[in-house]
Amino acid sequence: MSQNTLFDKVWDLHKVSSLRGGSDQIFIGLHLIHEVTSPQAFGALKDKNLKVKFPNRTVATVDHIVPTDNQSRPFKDNLAEKMIEALEKNCQKHKIRFFNIGSGNQGIVHVVAPELGLTQPGMTIACGDSHTSTHGAFGSIAFGIGTSQVRDVLATQTIAMNKLKVRQIWCDNQLANGVYAKDLVLHIINKLGVQAGVGFAYEFAGPAIDALSMEERMTICNMSIEGGARCGYINPDTKTYSYIKNRLCAPKNEDWDKALMWWDSLKSDANSIYDDVIRLDASEVEPTVTWGITPGQSVGINQQIPHLADLSPNDQPIAGEAYEYMDFKPGQSIKGTPVDVCFIGSCTNGRISDLRVAAKVLKNKKVSNKVKAFVVPGSEKVASEAKQEGLDKIFEESGFQWREPGCSMCLAMNSDKLEGNQVSASSSNRNFKGRQGSPRGRTLLMSPAMVAAAAINGKVSDVREFIYK
Amino acid sequence: MNSEFSSPIGKITQINGKCISLVGNDIDTDRIIPARFLKCVNFDTLGKSVFKDDRATLKGRHPFDLAENKNASILIVNSNFGCGSSREHAPQALLRWGIKAIIGESFAEIFYSNCIAIGIPCFTLLKKSIQDIQKYNENKSLFLEIDLKKSSAISKDLNFHLNIKESSKKMFLSGEWDATSTLLKNENLIERKKNDLPYLKFSLDL
Repeated sequence: MSQNTLFDKVWDLHKVSSLRGGSDQIFIGLHLIHEVTSPQAFGALKDKNLKVKFPNRTVATVDHIVPTDNQSRPFKDNLAEKMIEALEKNCQKHKIRFFNIGSGNQGIVHVVAPELGLTQPGMTIACGDSHTSTHGAFGSIAFGIGTSQVRDVLATQTIAMNKLKVRQIWCDNQLANGVYAKDLVLHIINKLGVQAGVGFAYEFAGPAIDALSMEERMTICNMSIEGGARCGYINPDTKTYSYIKNRLCAPKNEDWDKALMWWDSLKSDANSIYDDVIRLDASEVEPTVTWGITPGQSVGINQQIPHLADLSPNDQPIAGEAYEYMDFKPGQSIKGTPVDVCFIGSCTNGRISDLRVAAKVLKNKKVSNKVKAFVVPGSEKVASEAKQEGLDKIFEESGFQWREPGCSMCLAMNSDKLEGNQVSASSSNRNFKGRQGSPRGRTLLMSPAMVAAAAINGKVSDVREFIYK
Repeated sequence: MNSEFSSPIGKITQINGKCISLVGNDIDTDRIIPARFLKCVNFDTLGKSVFKDDRATLKGRHPFDLAENKNASILIVNSNFGCGSSREHAPQALLRWGIKAIIGESFAEIFYSNCIAIGIPCFTLLKKSIQDIQKYNENKSLFLEIDLKKSSAISKDLNFHLNIKESSKKMFLSGEWDATSTLLKNENLIERKKNDLPYLKFSLDL
């Protein structure tokens, strides 16, 4: 059993009681809600005649269903309008702070909370969304929950949960030029598999992780869930603290000094014990692209789609399914695969640094006329920062459509969808069958820089050829 | 599909029913219930949309469409079932279709918690046993009697010892799987925890 890791310290600190049968009652320091997984939870509160216990520990925004072309109200989609109305009413009734469209702070919940300084080291954070693991980048313990647990957090500020084991993933050396956090996390998931993380929290550590910016660290932790781990985290350091400092909800004045001391004490001790440790060499990671229907099915840009015989027996059935669904042949190169749609956005890669890196590739270039390309900033703040820097113009001049913030085609709950069996190059997190809105749609996951390169060439390309030209 | 739906309540000790086998690893919650069906403010109508796109692709040959699986209530799956999105809509759709228990090689974590929270016990068995059930099920119907206390599943031809997390088992046997009331019992401890947590002293109230 793990000892003295950040996970152990934060878990113990938030433990309210031991429940019958071995699970723990854990206090949730910060609860984030959005329009898709909360209405039923509020409904359940009403049925049980319960109140929201600590309304000032829950924060709301709207992201999943918002249109990205025209956000004026009422939304054209009547069901989407009903959902945002339900959230508005619930927040008003229960006195929950809500960052609505136009507030300047609306956006994807996992982009917004760090921007506001809500996400801090040592917190437990829960949200009815599996990518809550993102917040672990700050040294918080953050996990996705279902609607019944949203109800529990609203009613009690706690949830019942079994303590996780801790696996350290130590990344030696540094990422090469043109290789990004997205490539590293896709590589990790490919090496460990999509099931390996079940029952574990992932601690990402090592020189390659230390070298990452906070936004890159969020990309890594965001996709922990794609490796099966409900939460992933990185020990806080000076980068963490300077990111948080002076943000709206950050501790101020003498509280800041107290916070710093406390945050520093939470890091995993040098003599921590882990349930498992994995080491890998980050310098070996290539720009990575998924070819299949799970985020674990990826290859380096210069590699071929694997043959069945190259895979473990357990991975073979889903690979067979993937060849058929994706219409790929084993041994085929991923490089050169034609793409129809290019999407930059999502809680994985919709932040300002993602937009900057993509814009750098796109500057003075044109998107292939065979491709529909669009960029969806992760939040209103990302959008306004990008506009100040003129990134929106670079995107538009290249042929990308510049959209309003939201989850958009990551999960296609709004009108941004693939059609038929279109292939998308996507900076999002899931390549599941039908994920991007068409039951036959095909998703290739990659970094935002790689999406930009694919958009220019109209096919999967190695972004390093653009950077060095 | 079960038209007379009622949510499970109270103690769950025994589940008897017909098995429905769904073969495949890593079946994610987007497949169980595609995102477009998440545009709802309650779960009531989800049952008919379970596996909607997979079923459309298979044109009537999907296990959830086969006549012999009508009224089945015990779902047999392989590994990492329910991976991906945390949407509780996935188990809610299964429940409303008529699924009362799931037996699999392994489950994704959030999906598992969601099932427990809404009263669907999930059991695990070794790969070999799951394959035995799925193979048997190819040719004939399998009716299992699951006894939660004994963690057993018995039938005319096949018998198994099922694995289930001790915490989940106790919740079902005691009827305390509706977590809210259990958690609320510790109101004083919750208040104390809130007052003790260092960061709540220096974080601004939201």
